[in-house]
Amino acid sequence: MSATEWPLWEVFIRSKQGLSHKHVGSLRAADATMALENARDVYTRRSEGISIWVVESNFVHASDPADSDEFFEPSDTKIYRHPTFYEVPDGVKHM
Amino acid sequence: MLRLGDDSLILGQRLGELCGHGPILEEDIALTNIALDLIGQATSILNYAGEVEGAGRDGDKLAFLRFEREYTNLLLLEQPNGDFADTIIRQFLFDAYRKPLFERLINSSDSQLSAIAEKSLKETKYHLRHTSEWVIRLGDGTEESHQRIQKALDNLWRYADEIFFSDSVDEELTKSGILPDLSDLRSIWEQTVKSIFTEATISIPSNNWKFEGGRKGRHSEHMGYILSDLQYMQRAYPNMEW
Repeated sequence: MSATEWPLWEVFIRSKQGLSHKHVGSLRAADATMALENARDVYTRRSEGISIWVVESNFVHASDPADSDEFFEPSDTKIYRHPTFYEVPDGVKHM
Repeated sequence: MLRLGDDSLILGQRLGELCGHGPILEEDIALTNIALDLIGQATSILNYAGEVEGAGRDGDKLAFLRFEREYTNLLLLEQPNGDFADTIIRQFLFDAYRKPLFERLINSSDSQLSAIAEKSLKETKYHLRHTSEWVIRLGDGTEESHQRIQKALDNLWRYADEIFFSDSVDEELTKSGILPDLSDLRSIWEQTVKSIFTEATISIPSNNWKFEGGRKGRHSEHMGYILSDLQYMQRAYPNMEW
C-alpha cells in the first residue's frame, strides 16, 4: 500500500428493519462522509439496504487465528450450551 | 421537454464514457450510477416528449435518430470529461440547477412531468450531495487539487450562464402552468454554488465571457463526436434491438 492511498473502511449494511447490520465488504475513502457515499454507490445499487455503517478498518481488532485452539475449541464439547433439549412449539418461526 | 431530456441524455452519455475509466474503483461506480440515473431520466422524458409530439417517435427514435442541430442540451454538458476536476465541476454546476428545477417541476400542471420530476429529484439530490462533497474536498485539499478544480471552474464557468437561457417556449409553458415559475431558480443556484465554492476556497472567475447556443441547437465541436458514438448502432444497423 502506498503512503498516498486513502484509508480502508469496513462496510456494514442493514437490509431491513429489525435485522442487524451485516458486514458486506470494504472500500477506500478519504473520510467518513465519502466512505458512506462510496458504500451507498458500491454496495446498495440493487436495493440491498436501508442503513449503512462504515468503520475505519484500523479500529477493528481481530482475534488471532493462531489462538483458535484456546479461543474456540473448548466450546466444541459443551453441547449442553445449545438449547436443543427443548421442544419448539409449532407456531414459533425463525428458530 | 426536449431540453430537459437532452440535458440528461448528453450528460449521461458523457459520464458513461468514464465507465471503467474512473479515477478509483469507488468513484468509477459512483459516476456510472449517476450516468445511469441520467439515462433513465432521459428515457422517461424523451418517451413522453415523443408521445406529446404524436408523430410516432418514441424516446429511442428521439435519442438516436435526430441531427445535431435538433439536440437542445446545454453546451456545458457536452464538454469533454477532462480530468476529474472538470467532470466534477460540470456535474456540480448542473446538479445545483437541476435540484431546484425538479423541486418546482413537481408542481407542474402536467401530471406525467410531475411524476418524472418526483422520481428524478431523489436521484438528483444525491448527485448534488456527492458533487458538492467533491468540490469542497478538491478545493480545500492539496495544493494540486485546489489548482486543478480552480482551473476547471475557470474553464467551465463561461458555459454556466446558458443554464438560465429562456425564450418564448419557456414563457409559454410557464403561462400554462406546465413549467412552474422558475424566476427564483437562478438565485437559488447562485446561493448553492457560492456557498460551496466558499467552503472549497475557490473563486468564481471574474471573466464575463459567455457561451450559449445549445438550447437552439448550435453546438460545440464536441457534439458531433458524442453523437457518432451514441448513434452509431442505430445508423449502422437501422431498427436493430438489443
